[in-house]
Amino acid sequence: MSALAHVAGGDPDFDPSGPVPAPTKRSWTAYLLLLPGALWLGVFFVLPLVQLAAVSLQSRYPGFPGYYYRDVNFENYASALTDYAPHFARSFLYAGLATLLAFVVAYPLAYAMAFKAGKWRNLMMICVVAPFFTSFILRTFAWSQILADEGWVAGTLNFLHLLPGGNIINTPLAVVAGLTYNFLPFMVLPIYASLERADPRVIEAGGDLYANGFTTFRTVTLPMSMPGVLAGTLLTFIPAAGDFVNMELLGPQRGKMVGNVINDQFLAVPGGYPVAASLSFTLMAAILVMVFLYVRRFGTEELV
Amino acid sequence: MTTTTTTPYRPSAPKRAQVWLANHFAMLSAILVLLYLFLPVAYTFAFSFNDHGKTNIVWQGFTWEHWQDPCGVAGVCGSLVTSLQVGAISTLVATVLGTLMALAMVRYRFRGKAASNVLIFVPMATPEIVMGAALLTIFVQGFSNIGLSLGFTTIVFAHIMFCLSFVVVTVKARIQSLDPRIEEAAQDLYASPMQTFWKVTFPLILPGIAGAAMLAFSLSFDDFIITNFVSGNESTFPKFVYVASRRGIPAEANVIGFSMFVLAVLLVVGAQLVSSVRASKIKE
Repeated sequence: MSALAHVAGGDPDFDPSGPVPAPTKRSWTAYLLLLPGALWLGVFFVLPLVQLAAVSLQSRYPGFPGYYYRDVNFENYASALTDYAPHFARSFLYAGLATLLAFVVAYPLAYAMAFKAGKWRNLMMICVVAPFFTSFILRTFAWSQILADEGWVAGTLNFLHLLPGGNIINTPLAVVAGLTYNFLPFMVLPIYASLERADPRVIEAGGDLYANGFTTFRTVTLPMSMPGVLAGTLLTFIPAAGDFVNMELLGPQRGKMVGNVINDQFLAVPGGYPVAASLSFTLMAAILVMVFLYVRRFGTEELV
Repeated sequence: MTTTTTTPYRPSAPKRAQVWLANHFAMLSAILVLLYLFLPVAYTFAFSFNDHGKTNIVWQGFTWEHWQDPCGVAGVCGSLVTSLQVGAISTLVATVLGTLMALAMVRYRFRGKAASNVLIFVPMATPEIVMGAALLTIFVQGFSNIGLSLGFTTIVFAHIMFCLSFVVVTVKARIQSLDPRIEEAAQDLYASPMQTFWKVTFPLILPGIAGAAMLAFSLSFDDFIITNFVSGNESTFPKFVYVASRRGIPAEANVIGFSMFVLAVLLVVGAQLVSSVRASKIKE
């Protein structure tokens, strides 16, 4: 994810091909530098996860609905997987589709920024990041207006008879559209960062050797941008799989994602903690496994 | 020998259009994508002028009213102030802690480095809802016993946590790009390690630190999912908008959202201009 980090730094002097100093110093200073941050992550990331794990293994008090006691009981996981399997499936399906769409939409933009934009490059970069500052909830709400039945998108598609159901809003289509939109910058920036490091002459050489546009893209451009594509797909898929806001504002009443269940169980259902905790852990484990397999399949050695 | 004026080869109009399209395809699609990114922002702007009744969903007429008094709706400006305060404190703490960690990770060899790398990476690969849920359980079932109840403080603690990893990777990338010979030169000239750091290393990594701080602020300012879990009765701007969305977001929220957008663009463009002016001065 150094690709993302580099772009976030947004500084033109950065020379990724420059020398990387070999860490030679060996002293206690390293631990002093590391300690405050590591302690913070320990107390506010690791410890809460341990507590969440403990909650996910609690058992019901028989006869007292909503009450639990400390235990090592995997029943919550069994019910999480059987009762909410469709929610998991929907989460991963919608997040996967959104990631694919975001890749298709983001690549031309990242490519144009890296090779075609010239002096407009910085301005385009600002344009990619700027919408963040209008709250993403305001923008998602704006999508609910744009995609509404009375809106011009649904109107045009209906006029062309391209919309079998007659509406977009409150359908899974709207949810995927919202996820694609909301995480698009996370796809654009890493791809741009790795394309920017690439030498445009290598791509020209592909053309000089009589490769057509698509062959050059497939055999030269895309492999060079792979670290960025990898970081971008992870940074899009992970938050999209856990999201519940797009479903809440754009999606149907029934057929929610796992994020909605976790959110409701924690904040609206009394005594919902243990089931929600086991759902959270299952989601995290599933994502970590997918990330691991994905990085092993396509990965570069250095991710962070 | 005949002297005929040879006109240069000129392809037919459709052929030329095809070549032009091929040359500009990437840029044209990039512009379309940017328009797509800005579409909801434009909607937010337009509906800040809507003379709406109960809900601000359908256009009902033009008014300046919401721009004249953006704080006119209860809670909207209070939540904005909370968001700015949370953002400022979390950014400051996360940037300092993260920069120290990045220095340790790049500049030193030590036992436990691989584990530290995992500790920094996993929060970025964890969905926000899981982090929010975990924080809620520990705040409610653990830390409430030592007098920490959900509110402003717990929001700040959580935001520092999820901003930290992003600061580390950003600053790390900058430190890795530095030429170690510059620092060696300073030491050759009898600078102490402290002098080397403050006079040489720190100014060189400052742009990376600034970028990390900007990233941290924007992550904190726009966070809703984790905040929703740990905020109790406290309201941030995204939470205000989300809660309001059930009965209709007041146009005053559109005014504030769009103003933040304009402010951010102006700040970034301003910073770019300043740095390019400075760069051209150095070249002279």
